[in-house]
Amino acid sequence: MATALEAVQALQQRFGSAVGAPATFADRLTGRDEVTVTVAREQLAAVCRSLKEAGFDFLVDICGVDNHDSDPRFAVHYLLYSFKNRCLLRLRVGVPEEDATVASVTSVWKGADWHERECYDMLGIRFTGHPDLRRILMWEGYPFHPLRKEFPLEGQPSNVPDVAFTEAAPLQGGPFVTVHGPHVADREPAVRENALPEDIRSVEPNKP
Amino acid sequence: MPDSTATVGYGGRLEDEAIVTRLDAAVDWARKNSLWPMPMGLACCAIELMATAASRFDISRFGAEVMRFSPRQADLMIVAGTVTYKMALAVKRIWEQMPDPKWCIAMGACASTGGMYRSYATLQGIDKLLPVDVYIAGCPPRPEALLDALLKIQEKISREPGLKRLKKTPAEKAP
Repeated sequence: MATALEAVQALQQRFGSAVGAPATFADRLTGRDEVTVTVAREQLAAVCRSLKEAGFDFLVDICGVDNHDSDPRFAVHYLLYSFKNRCLLRLRVGVPEEDATVASVTSVWKGADWHERECYDMLGIRFTGHPDLRRILMWEGYPFHPLRKEFPLEGQPSNVPDVAFTEAAPLQGGPFVTVHGPHVADREPAVRENALPEDIRSVEPNKP
Repeated sequence: MPDSTATVGYGGRLEDEAIVTRLDAAVDWARKNSLWPMPMGLACCAIELMATAASRFDISRFGAEVMRFSPRQADLMIVAGTVTYKMALAVKRIWEQMPDPKWCIAMGACASTGGMYRSYATLQGIDKLLPVDVYIAGCPPRPEALLDALLKIQEKISREPGLKRLKKTPAEKAP
């Protein structure tokens, strides 16, 4: 953690108020030792270049987050690792819905390419300067961004002629769908179909 | 009785060495005992598909061991696994590249109905895109179930007027 905090202090000296105060989390049991820092969106690319020079040579992951009903709505998290100093650092960038763009960091870490494509595909956040910003999980031309909170799990019908179509998936019925019920025998299809004896099924849950 | 040591050829009389049948039946017989599958392995069902082809279950007992990874040489597509919408485009395209006549097995719950993947990303059954001949239940099905499906396809082929339908018309192919 110490080296990550030093890196954050160096950033604060160089970028001033564009770099927020670091939040730390350490847990001896799980071995987690993490530093998170919020970075202004405009300064992200410069901060990333500076961090790479400071030894953070591996971009572990980029993930988008939809914090629905909060301002700014989206956030993009960058998880960095330094093989030399053996420490993790997480950057957090807020992204407003009306201008959902972030600078691409593919020029800093090449591995950012597919992470940014996934984030664009799932949440619709555009990465400016990305060399090839296409969808990666859904088909090209799909009109929605499925990880946005207002998007239903079962999907929405769409039809792009001569390309593809989608239909909403049924969420009720069928052997794999868990139904509402207090006892596992009522909820889980496997147990339901194996026909437990009546005295076991009639036991109330959470009673000794 | 013909002499078993005699030279094989056109030496004997007609009734000893010829089989009388309908041409339809002969065409069907040739087709059904030499199905060349296109193994469309997309998820864990593909593991069972491979087990079916291996020595213990040995799909070659039924003449379908020639797995072709080129659709142009295959006439039976085995859709084994979860079909995502993105992969569905490729499955459809490969199906269209297979020459007629061709058949399709939807192997397992996912390929048949979407299975437990009730979500925006998964096609809810490959029969929304292709005409499926046999569905196999199971998650994943045992190799025996796949062999059973193969025998059902063979039964189906042997009932077809093979000669008349050397080429299926597009209207007949519609699911």
